[in-house]
Amino acid sequence: MSDNVIEMIKVGTRFGSHVVHENLDLTVKRGEILAIVGGSGSGKSTLLRELILLHRPDAGMINIFGQDIHALSEDEATELKLRWGVMFQHGGLFGTLTVNENIGLPLREHTNLSERLIDEIAAWKLSLSGLEPSAGLQYPSELSGGMIKRAALARALALDPELLFLDEPTAGLDPAGSSGIDELVKTLHDLYQPTIVMITHDLDLLWQVTDRVAVLGEKKVLALGSMEELSTHDHPIVRQYFDGPRGRAAQDQAQRRVEKQVQQQAQQHQNEETKGQPWKQK
Amino acid sequence: MALQKTSAVVTQSAPDTILLSGGWTAHTVNHVEKQFKALNLSSLKQCVVDGSGLELLDTVGAWVLQRQFQHLQRKGVHIVFQHWSPRFQRLMSAVGKQIDINVLYPEKRSLLEKVGLGGEAVWQEAFALFSFVGEAALVLVKSIRYPKRWRWRPIFHNIQKSGFDALPLVGLTSFLLGIVVAYQGADQLKLYSANIFVVDLIGFSMLREFAPLITAILIAGRSGSAYAAQLGTMVVTDEIEALQTIGVEPMEVLVWPKILALAIALPLLTVFADIAGVGGGMIMARLQLDIGWHEFLDRFGKIIGLTAFLIGIGKAIVFAFVIAIIGCFQGFRTRGNADSVGRQTTRSVVQSIFIMIVADAIFSVAFSMLGL
Repeated sequence: MSDNVIEMIKVGTRFGSHVVHENLDLTVKRGEILAIVGGSGSGKSTLLRELILLHRPDAGMINIFGQDIHALSEDEATELKLRWGVMFQHGGLFGTLTVNENIGLPLREHTNLSERLIDEIAAWKLSLSGLEPSAGLQYPSELSGGMIKRAALARALALDPELLFLDEPTAGLDPAGSSGIDELVKTLHDLYQPTIVMITHDLDLLWQVTDRVAVLGEKKVLALGSMEELSTHDHPIVRQYFDGPRGRAAQDQAQRRVEKQVQQQAQQHQNEETKGQPWKQK
Repeated sequence: MALQKTSAVVTQSAPDTILLSGGWTAHTVNHVEKQFKALNLSSLKQCVVDGSGLELLDTVGAWVLQRQFQHLQRKGVHIVFQHWSPRFQRLMSAVGKQIDINVLYPEKRSLLEKVGLGGEAVWQEAFALFSFVGEAALVLVKSIRYPKRWRWRPIFHNIQKSGFDALPLVGLTSFLLGIVVAYQGADQLKLYSANIFVVDLIGFSMLREFAPLITAILIAGRSGSAYAAQLGTMVVTDEIEALQTIGVEPMEVLVWPKILALAIALPLLTVFADIAGVGGGMIMARLQLDIGWHEFLDRFGKIIGLTAFLIGIGKAIVFAFVIAIIGCFQGFRTRGNADSVGRQTTRSVVQSIFIMIVADAIFSVAFSMLGL
């Protein structure tokens, strides 16, 4: 299998006479966390909708897992859909089902596991997403915004997707909730290395979590690279993410964090050495 | 994708070793429990789990494995992992930490409890409805003192939307109803050569019952639901609370214009329905029973008094209040999300039609006792 999970080749989209994308190219590598950013109207959401087969582009080709997603038969498309998970901006949780039922739904629909096992898995995914077990019995309308995002993520994770799409995972959350989501995405990625594609405006999320960032603008991908690489980019649209007090604050914080991590690692190293290398005993 | 379909296999490669192979995913692990049962492991002191053949492992697979190992450990078998890739091992340990998770289920309620809760809910809703009517009345009394603040525009707007715009629908429906009633009556009346009594049949049934009721039912479906949906959406988007904080009484600007508009529009629509229904009946009477226009109208004037007409109009006014109040009440009871708007809209229609028919039955009994 190739190392590129997603390949978008010369994708063009327009609504009537309004051109959204033109000759847009983007590749996403296996196991990476890629963020798509861009101003409102730059076509981020359209791009995401095209990737998850909700909108068909007017031109170009989209390959996911090496298959042209618009040339798939219905069965193949269903199989593809089992390999990705999508977390929608407003959750997209089914209002008539409890949170546990929402999380268990993909498992109930697509596998023949026992009810008991599905309930257990749902409860575990719920706790993985950082929610209390009692939240599982509630209906989406009874949850706060942050809880809805977490529950939506838990549902997206139900089938251990290799590819995870997150639409604005931190939009509308308080700072504590947002940094909780940062941690959650990282924990998740550590757990089984899914490829994650997310749309976000959250500067902290961009700095703390992502491997690469694609900046959309002028109907194409303006810039693509890690935040460090992009920080030297001089296109005005890209600069917005680094200049201004918010951009700088996030950058500073990220740097401080890296320094702290390096320090901690050094400390750990020392500790371990003084303990006589206990990890070798196993 | 083919990889995910390779089935999960567990074999006992040596007396104290089990070998896992294939893909252990949500799609493949549903039969492994049987495989584990077939193995003879519970008498062992130590069991080596060889993971070298594992091609795929997801959280469901890891969960199932950990569950099996837990069973074995409880029987005193020591589990040793061998040849596991670090990735799978990480997943296994993450799952292992959570394997004792407590699955919560909603409380099961007994029938008696359900009946009790249902009754309680009905009582609460009835109480809330009476409170709403009371509150609306208080607001009306207060606003009567300030005629300058009366909202004429929304009243006229609502008369147009709920009344004038409904004319074609109400007219056609009553016209067809008149035809149906005359048609059904015609056969029976012909038997007794009592053709002319079709006028009584149509006149009384249309004016007293059918025209007010069918108009009210149509308007409940058409406007009552619209009121509930409008107010419900305003609740969901916090517009009602915004009005309150600005110092505008929602009852005054949103509820009373609707009630007053409908109290004017519905009787007028009923008059229109009377005319259309009787017209339909007249046409059928002429076609089926050879009763000419003159003959029909002559008898109509003699037999059908003003009382029948006024009873119908009186009912229409009561129905108008029912529709508008229930529509607004259910709209205000919307809580939370868009889903709830739909539910309250449905409730408003069902509830207002139900109450109207109950009221109609009470009217019938009351009028017959009064000899009207």
